[in-house]
Amino acid sequence: MRFKGSRSSFKEVARRLLPSDGSFDLCLSCGLCSSGCPASGLADMDPRKFLRLASLGQDEIIATTPWVWMCTLCRRCTHLCPMHIDIPALVYHARTCWPREKRPKGIVGSCDQALATGTASAMGTRPEDFRFVVEDVLAEVRENQPGQENLAAPVNRRGAYYFLNQNSREPVTEPDEMVPLWKILDYVGADWTYGTLGWAAENYCMFAADDAGWETLVRRKVAAVEELGCKVWLNTE
Amino acid sequence: MRKSLGDGIANDLRFVVRRLVGEENFVEMHPNRSNNYCCGGGGGALQGGFPEARRRYGRLKAEQIKATGATYCIAPCHNCHSQIHDLAEHYRGNWRTVHLWTLICLSLGMLGEAERTYLGPELKEACL
Ligand code: SF4
Ligand code: SF4
Repeated sequence: MRFKGSRSSFKEVARRLLPSDGSFDLCLSCGLCSSGCPASGLADMDPRKFLRLASLGQDEIIATTPWVWMCTLCRRCTHLCPMHIDIPALVYHARTCWPREKRPKGIVGSCDQALATGTASAMGTRPEDFRFVVEDVLAEVRENQPGQENLAAPVNRRGAYYFLNQNSREPVTEPDEMVPLWKILDYVGADWTYGTLGWAAENYCMFAADDAGWETLVRRKVAAVEELGCKVWLNTE
Repeated sequence: MRKSLGDGIANDLRFVVRRLVGEENFVEMHPNRSNNYCCGGGGGALQGGFPEARRRYGRLKAEQIKATGATYCIAPCHNCHSQIHDLAEHYRGNWRTVHLWTLICLSLGMLGEAERTYLGPELKEACL
């Protein structure tokens, strides 16, 4: 079987992906990866089996097993592997072999939402909505919490040292959970800001194995940090 | 974080947690640090559309947490928080899942009433 956009077999691609000191030809079949992998046994697969199948050229199975979406790319297997074989890199590559419309809808949908808005939010939150929620929550804290009258949650403050990003779920589903972090930053006197653009911390295009989308989102976020002239990009994800 | 920054950052976070809750209230799970198990919420799994597999993946984590006997499990990342919270419900765990920022603000005496969603009744009014 040949993969979309490439004339190479999975094994040839894997050779290029894995440096010579981590090639899956080095696998000893020791099983350490599988014994410590929480995804072992799901979808009748485990990391050693996955590797052996790839090594034996069973590309059809490799490119279609839903197991690649059950492995969390946690890297524990690589940490344990005596040959340092980067199994999650192969799993990621196998994800790219799935036609986009067949990949998990939730992941691809979140990626698409993020691509469709300047905020890069997987929940599709728009810039003005984010600003509104932040200002609304802040006003309430200042009014109702003694000692927090001067709490700040700056948005688009040019030249701030830290650009803080934010998981999209909080402003949308549990906005009060944003407040403790603001208080800590305030307490230590941090010079920080949110941005209306590029503030979303998550990157579902990466999970979707959409390389172009992944890059677009990262570039969008970098542009937002640079536009405000911030020195440090604080990622809370 | 541990995945890209190694055990150094894991140890730094343990320092913070120990100072917040007190040495006698800190319980380590096993295995830990780089040898720890992923909770199963990462890599897109929470949106991956295989909830049964995701929970089976998380069983190891649920057992690890149960074995500590701890009543609070701290998750520094959002994905982990959602997954571990879900695991407690699914596997009838006796723990609550909290963000680190909640404990930091609680111990600094500046955690508001509305910011205590994940705390148990015994801490709902503490240091208000
Ligand atoms: S731990 Fe490494 S060497 Fe052992 S079976 Fe797994 S991939 Fe092969
Ligand atoms: S990266 Fe995937 S295969 Fe490796 S231990 Fe984690 S879940 Fe298992």
